[in-house]
Amino acid sequence: MPYDSHKIQHEPETACTTSAELGLLRFMTCGSVDDGKSTFIGRLLWDSKLVLDDQLTSLESESKRVGTQQGDIDYALLVDGLQAEREQGITIDVAYRFFSTGKRKFVVADTPGHEQYTRNMATGASTVDLAVLMIDARKGVLTQTKRHSFILSLLGVKHIVLAINKMDLVDYSEEQFDSIQFEYASFRASLEFENVEAIPISALHGDNLLNRSANMPWYEGPTIMSYLETVNIKQDVTARPFRMPVQWVNRPHLDFRGFSGTIVSGAVLPGDSVVVPSSGKTSTVERIVTFDGDVERGVAGQAVTVTLTDEIDVSRGEVLSDPRARPDFADQFEAKLIWMHEEPLFPGRHYLLKMGFQTRTAQVSALKYKVNINTLEHLATKTLELNEVGICNFSLDHPVSFDAYQDNRETGSFILIDRYTNGTIAAGMIDFALRRAHNIHWQSVDIHKAARAKLKGQKPFILWFTGLSGAGKSSIANLVEKKLHSLGHHTYLLDGDNVRHGLNRDLGFTDADRVENIRRVAETAKLMVDAGLIVLVSFISPFRSERQMARTMVEDNEFLEVFIDTPLEVCERRDVKGLYKKARAGEVKNFTGIDSPYERPEHAEVIIDGSKDTAEQAALTIFDELDRKRLLSSD
Amino acid sequence: MPFSVQEPQRSSLSISKSSHLQQLEAESIYIFREVVAECENPVMLYSIGKDSSVLLHLARKAFSPSKLPFPLLHVDTTWKFSEMIEFRGKIAAEYGLDLIVYTNSRGLEQGMNPLTHGSSLWTDVMKTEALKQALEKYRYDAAFGGARRDEEASRAKERVLSFRTSTHRWDPKNQRPELWNIYNTRVRNGESLRAFPLSNWTEIDVWEYIHQEKIPVVPLYFAKERPVVERDDMLIMVDDDRLPLRPGEKPVMRSVRFRTLGCYPLSGAIESTASSLPEIIQEMLGSRNSERQGRLIDHDSVGSMEKKKQEGYF
Repeated sequence: MPYDSHKIQHEPETACTTSAELGLLRFMTCGSVDDGKSTFIGRLLWDSKLVLDDQLTSLESESKRVGTQQGDIDYALLVDGLQAEREQGITIDVAYRFFSTGKRKFVVADTPGHEQYTRNMATGASTVDLAVLMIDARKGVLTQTKRHSFILSLLGVKHIVLAINKMDLVDYSEEQFDSIQFEYASFRASLEFENVEAIPISALHGDNLLNRSANMPWYEGPTIMSYLETVNIKQDVTARPFRMPVQWVNRPHLDFRGFSGTIVSGAVLPGDSVVVPSSGKTSTVERIVTFDGDVERGVAGQAVTVTLTDEIDVSRGEVLSDPRARPDFADQFEAKLIWMHEEPLFPGRHYLLKMGFQTRTAQVSALKYKVNINTLEHLATKTLELNEVGICNFSLDHPVSFDAYQDNRETGSFILIDRYTNGTIAAGMIDFALRRAHNIHWQSVDIHKAARAKLKGQKPFILWFTGLSGAGKSSIANLVEKKLHSLGHHTYLLDGDNVRHGLNRDLGFTDADRVENIRRVAETAKLMVDAGLIVLVSFISPFRSERQMARTMVEDNEFLEVFIDTPLEVCERRDVKGLYKKARAGEVKNFTGIDSPYERPEHAEVIIDGSKDTAEQAALTIFDELDRKRLLSSD
Repeated sequence: MPFSVQEPQRSSLSISKSSHLQQLEAESIYIFREVVAECENPVMLYSIGKDSSVLLHLARKAFSPSKLPFPLLHVDTTWKFSEMIEFRGKIAAEYGLDLIVYTNSRGLEQGMNPLTHGSSLWTDVMKTEALKQALEKYRYDAAFGGARRDEEASRAKERVLSFRTSTHRWDPKNQRPELWNIYNTRVRNGESLRAFPLSNWTEIDVWEYIHQEKIPVVPLYFAKERPVVERDDMLIMVDDDRLPLRPGEKPVMRSVRFRTLGCYPLSGAIESTASSLPEIIQEMLGSRNSERQGRLIDHDSVGSMEKKKQEGYF
């Protein structure tokens, strides 16, 4: 038989009962570059006899070549994976290691200690149940110990092992160990850990890793390994309210409509009623289907397919829930945010928010404060920079189903995605829904946009002029408005300088203020379109994201981007307002084109060469486009 | 202990209702469903080996009772073990799979073979290049693969979803952070992603799962008397008459099996009598060598896998 599976069935079930019944413990190590994290993990693997012969051969030669232990075995090399970092001696990313003992399987996330620390540590911490916090016995509790503890607490890691390392360098002193423990105890009171276990070790020599240290007879607690093997980390997630986010609608044929997903909390039985939070509709679970047959009870952690007795509307992203304990369903909430990208957060800018299987357009409507992660002090701020943590109010384009992060890690967490680079730029943890989200509903009105436009006999739309200062935006916009007016159209011109005298006079020229500037003018333009007007907007509007935001606020055929493409040299030569001169002299800060960026449009409907075309020619080009799109006819 | 508020319950080993294999299974199913729900044209790379067998089993579980919502792609170098090809045919027929077999015929026309061109060039042309050609030909925007983080150091830091530029390159310094289990699958036009549902599995997990789920695998994994020659410290099986024997070489029958499978002239066998799954697992638990040891392609130079990955190798 080539691949006879039946042969397997006849084998006595001997060898395979060793580790297959065990659970999995995911943990991470934290500490700065020289605290010995990688040495610690390398040594655990080494002592657990998990370093294999061929790996040992390469470890020995690598230790001689690039090791930091004068040619002796450098255990850290076992865990430092990428070649670039082996050579630079730094870890770039999170590395995962796997090992098992007779009692448990382990996945270790090793995170690096350089400046990207918060980001990488948060990434590692989001998936672990326990963290080993390394402390150098000579140095005690440092600022960075506090920082790491705060991040762990923020991400909801409940179990901490305080590994007080390098005990060999303090003569295995019990007093030193006790004083570090005591110091940490007073600090951790402000954090939400369930338990903290302090263990004195020497990673380099292996004291209290696997074997009890002969050098510290005064220590009576568990070794690192015996603690990791036996700590009970699972909170009883099955006792919490049932939640199953629908990941994929399973429709093999017309007679079967199932909802596939992983149960994230609670349990479910056929006959249980479940609610769809977005519609408030309830139904009853008919079957819990798996590849291996139907199951009588689905519990947290299982990937299943549920069928319902009623044909109610359920799509990907909905969270099937216990009707007696429903999740929130709202479009505004407060959340903690860890910023992970080089470009800072701008309140008001539109980002994609992915939470479970729901993706929305979201903006930070208020940045309440940021937290100094070293002192836990609250600081007022206008943006969040890379690795900063802030408390924000969010506003979404459509409501989402969620729970508070502290109640449910799976349904209370989200990521933010940049709409242009597609990068993951932030991690969020929801605190609570904002009350006003429940209470503010759209007031429906009887007179709507189409009715207003019809009375004016025109199609409303936005002509959005963008370009550098001095490119010629205002002159062209002015001319176009004059022509529209003379043709009998109802128009309004929003000009950057003019609006900054009124609506936006509280805003300056930082990136954050520029984002808010455009958000307000886009909202204003939208209201005017709703009123049936043709709106001309003449703003530098340097960022793609905000122009895109303005575009998505109105309907498809209601937005035309007009790029006045005048080279910087030409604008500077013209310098109508004398601003370039001042900017070059350093008298005006954050001037677009000089010390603040301008992002060229990628898909503008009209491009005007401002160095060649006169305002008259430009206006004609714009009218051609309006005709082509039939925007000036009233039918 | 001055501050230990709550002693952990050391006595209880009821860590969770589900064993670690069920946890791993559920996580893999989650990854399959997520990529299928968000990508337009996914494909699963199928290499016929044990990891592919597990991957296929998990994929069938993920979408049951629906059929697999994507095809399987095998990049065939034409130098695979004949038993692998036979197995591939049987599995495809039995499960009713949409199986695409792709070979870099340009490479073959240029007279490439694994014996004279060396493992490095051979792999580059017949596997890496062939894979790129196939992905471009069928315009897949996502490809599932069976890579595991425990296989090799540079894999240990790869994400579950790994992004490739439009020229299929991997940039290890520019990976997206993966938080919780929220996967960001967005790509720009022309870019693609590779998804690794087995990221957190180890070699032992794979074998234990094969045993638990009774998943069929290629019989080459089980020890049997097979004709081999000893060459460059490796046992090479004489699978067909294309393997030219060097002076003094004579195939001898030895009880061997394979830990990984690939092109037969590049896959080293190990001496073993393990002819059943429990025996294989037992042998693995006592093993003093990692599984890629039998593979020529990883030893070419330090960091060789990392280089291959940057060039587009899985």
